[in-house]
Amino acid sequence: MLNKKHLLGIKDLSKEEIEEILNQAKVFKEVSQRQVKKTPALRGKTVVNLFFEPSTRTRISFELAAKRLSADVINVASQSSSLVKGESLIDTLQNIEALSCDIAIVRHTVAGTPHILAEHTHACVVNAGDGSNEHPTQGLLDMFTVKERLGTLQNLNVVIVGDILHSRVARSNVWGFLKFGCGITLCAPPTLIPRDIDEEQGVGVSYDLAGSLKKADVVIMLRIQRERQATHFFPSLREYVRYFSLNDTTAKALGKNTLVLHPGPVNWDTEISSSLKERLSPLILDQVTNGLAVRMAVLYLLSLRKEQKR
Amino acid sequence: MKKTRILDGKDLDIVIHRLAHQILEKNKSTKNLCFIGIQRRGVYLAERIKHIIERVEKAKIPFGVMDVTLYRDDLALSSVTPEARKTNLDFDINKKTVILVDDVLFTGRTIRAALDEIMDFGRPKSIQLVVLVDRGNRELPIKPDFTGKEITTSLKEHVKLHLRETDGKDELWLVREE
Repeated sequence: MLNKKHLLGIKDLSKEEIEEILNQAKVFKEVSQRQVKKTPALRGKTVVNLFFEPSTRTRISFELAAKRLSADVINVASQSSSLVKGESLIDTLQNIEALSCDIAIVRHTVAGTPHILAEHTHACVVNAGDGSNEHPTQGLLDMFTVKERLGTLQNLNVVIVGDILHSRVARSNVWGFLKFGCGITLCAPPTLIPRDIDEEQGVGVSYDLAGSLKKADVVIMLRIQRERQATHFFPSLREYVRYFSLNDTTAKALGKNTLVLHPGPVNWDTEISSSLKERLSPLILDQVTNGLAVRMAVLYLLSLRKEQKR
Repeated sequence: MKKTRILDGKDLDIVIHRLAHQILEKNKSTKNLCFIGIQRRGVYLAERIKHIIERVEKAKIPFGVMDVTLYRDDLALSSVTPEARKTNLDFDINKKTVILVDDVLFTGRTIRAALDEIMDFGRPKSIQLVVLVDRGNRELPIKPDFTGKEITTSLKEHVKLHLRETDGKDELWLVREE
């Protein structure tokens, strides 16, 4: 049973809670394949998308998840809201709460924002990405994808490649996979690896892509933002691509059953060569489908718990 | 706790055969007929009844399974998250006569949920309800069309159907709490 009022991070979830979400997501993946893709589970509930950082894909995914559960959805995008007029974050949320929202989905550039909002609202708060801290539903959908394809999450070898330093997706995945006894290798140039990685926790660092890929069961490729080049995290994008991108040469190190995931959108010919597009796209698109199912599961379980506590 | 066995495997088999023939008698033919079994035991019962009818009529009947968990009205009352199973209706239910099968009819809320879920898939011509056991104590105005066995029960009693497929043996038990 999910024992949390909010979903703020995978760090706070127990292994059992993660498994419950994944099991429920399996059910909802099936619902999305029916002719009538709706269940009345959240009928009469109001879900608000509070996106203070621009997003299309995640917001649409959450919106669709809520609608398929028959909830009413409101979208608040920061640029078009009264935040521009100077209304404070908490005031915004409390104003929305006056309209009796049941669940607030929050994305913000500043880490910890969903946590603060959670203290000032009756609604359930779902973290859709806070700064570089966590993006729990992405971590959960990645785990769901792996579990679906490999049958288990226990003791796998997971390699995460890319801009680890700035990545909330990487952090959520690390917290998640560690709970299942997985070994994690972070692969990136030294400038993009956070300091103080605790090797004892099961997280290692490598600067050798091909070497890491050889033993990997799961590879998570992260987006490389071109702006990083301008801010001197690597000498040139070309050099980064040469050493850390997945291309025909480095892909030779992949095992036959190794999964390659990407949170999207993929910069083809940056972190992954477009020659691998045909081979790798199907799973990456499956992640999107799974994301919808996982978000439905999260909204459903949080709402259910709220009802039960009443 | 007191357990009484009401039906054994042989009795159950006879009841199921009787239900199959009653369904045929009412519907005259298998044209436009389809079966929907409610997870879990309704599915196995529906399969058995369907096989009997298919054998007699020498015709195939579309078969679907339905999980009603997400349509229940009492989700918040349980402290355990109910586990939802598969729903698979890979045929068109519009204009069909749906034979809806469940094992035990009690308050009627499961059937209410099943009716709502069926309606989300289309507009059947009619729905006929088959239950193995009607234990009374209805809370909603729901009535079966075909009943295997009627048992009057109190709220302190439980009716448990065991099937080969799920419990190893075919048996119907009445359990009374002390």
